Amino acid sequence: MAFFDIYLLEALINGILLGGVFALLSLGLNLIFGVIDVVWICYAELIMLGMYGMYFVYSVYHAPFAVAAVTCIAGVAVLGVILHVLVIAPLLGAAPINQLLATGGVLFFLQSAATVMFGIEFKNLGLRLPVLKAAGMFISYARLLAFAAALVGMVLVYLFLSRTYTGAAIRAIAQDRQIMTLMGVDTRRIYLITSALGGALAGLAACLLVLLYDVHPFVGLSFGPIIFLICVLGGLGNLAGGFVAAFVFAEIISLGGLYLDLEWGYVFAFVFFIVMMCLRPEGLLPRRS
Amino acid sequence: MLELKGVRAGYGSFQALFDVSLEVREGEAVGVIGPNGAGKTTLMRVISGLIRPTAGSIVMEGVDLTAIAAHRIVGLGIAHVPESRRLFPRMTVEDNLKMGGFLPAARPKFRERLEVVYTLFPRLAERRRQLAGTMSGGEQQMCAIGRALMSDPKLLLLDEPSAGLAPVIVEQVFDLVTRLRAGGLNVLIVEQNVQQVLRVVDRAYLLKAGSIRTAGGAAELLDSDTIRAAYLGV
Repeated sequence: MAFFDIYLLEALINGILLGGVFALLSLGLNLIFGVIDVVWICYAELIMLGMYGMYFVYSVYHAPFAVAAVTCIAGVAVLGVILHVLVIAPLLGAAPINQLLATGGVLFFLQSAATVMFGIEFKNLGLRLPVLKAAGMFISYARLLAFAAALVGMVLVYLFLSRTYTGAAIRAIAQDRQIMTLMGVDTRRIYLITSALGGALAGLAACLLVLLYDVHPFVGLSFGPIIFLICVLGGLGNLAGGFVAAFVFAEIISLGGLYLDLEWGYVFAFVFFIVMMCLRPEGLLPRRS
Repeated sequence: MLELKGVRAGYGSFQALFDVSLEVREGEAVGVIGPNGAGKTTLMRVISGLIRPTAGSIVMEGVDLTAIAAHRIVGLGIAHVPESRRLFPRMTVEDNLKMGGFLPAARPKFRERLEVVYTLFPRLAERRRQLAGTMSGGEQQMCAIGRALMSDPKLLLLDEPSAGLAPVIVEQVFDLVTRLRAGGLNVLIVEQNVQQVLRVVDRAYLLKAGSIRTAGGAAELLDSDTIRAAYLGV
């Protein structure tokens, strides 16, 4: 295989497409951590529930895809708020380990609940999206769509954070929690809005991932760990860092998969993560204090 | 306009204020002086709601502040410039000012208030796109005061505005207090810089170990032997 050829280009493009989806996945988790200072260990399980939501609304109740997507995004946003009110809010002042254990407990609860409710069969939407063939390369239409939607989602979040008062408060609260009161900001309200936003992003991710993967109760495990690694690699809570790390990770996986097997791509990505944690334990773009 | 009666407050089991009573009347600038650890910062925090009193009442124009949620206090016209400024360091100057005007009532007046702040501090207008954390201490103090002014307050709480600043900047900060007063703003200022603060306020309270020891007109306190001996070293 020549060093630079059409396969390499194809792998690079696929890496970018995957990176967009990874970036979206890590954005919600990062936002929650940056604002509320809590890690939603069960983030990928919210996405799993969203994927089931898509499956039921689209495949079982035969709603149009757009309706299913909106329902799914709104539904997971509500789940995010419920998670905050029931689990996070009572533990806001608790030790971080207790918060981790609590959201970790929610992870197992959601996996088991999904198993009981939906069974362990793999389910999919039964959509057959075409594969685009351009200049001798094969690009999956589903990936392209997921990338484009992820990009739109991220731009909307960016505009919300940079243009609105609530967005400014969300950025500010991550920098100085205590004095938000002096600005007249009700921090509890900002936490609820952020939880809804984090949930909505998980819902959007669910709409896109359901195009690429079958859904089953443990599907969260196939991308959950990667989301955490990306967030940590980017500097936990740093949205820009997470964005960069998502593309770095996706390219390593994609290029590693090109030269060896797909599994090797993941091996390289994890090795890269461990090495980077030794070299830069604060992440690629650490939060400046 | 603001009246504290028998206010007690502290952190956990540590009590920092013991039955503090003081008052800021309409049109006044009032100082609170006292040594380190006297409870001056706690006093400011208890007024703006950052900590809640365990006893006593704080009344602003007839509204009891202890009975309303802390984040509603700024809506009554009390803006607090906290100790060591507490800007949002990774936000631009203008975004910091925007946060100062976060209240729904202040939002329609954003442009107008921004004009006021930029006229008062032309330096901030030059640096509107700069990250607040990268500015000098004096500029950050201007930004912190500007942020508080964005809500169009009736009473400004200044906590150690001269701390950590070069003497020439300290001079400017006290000048500013005089100018703000001339514009009709009431000021409650906490300072260690006793001599300078007594020049810009009408009255002052001496706070020591969490309670008010002396109160009086600024000129009178400047001449008082206890103050002179304790703080001015003359």
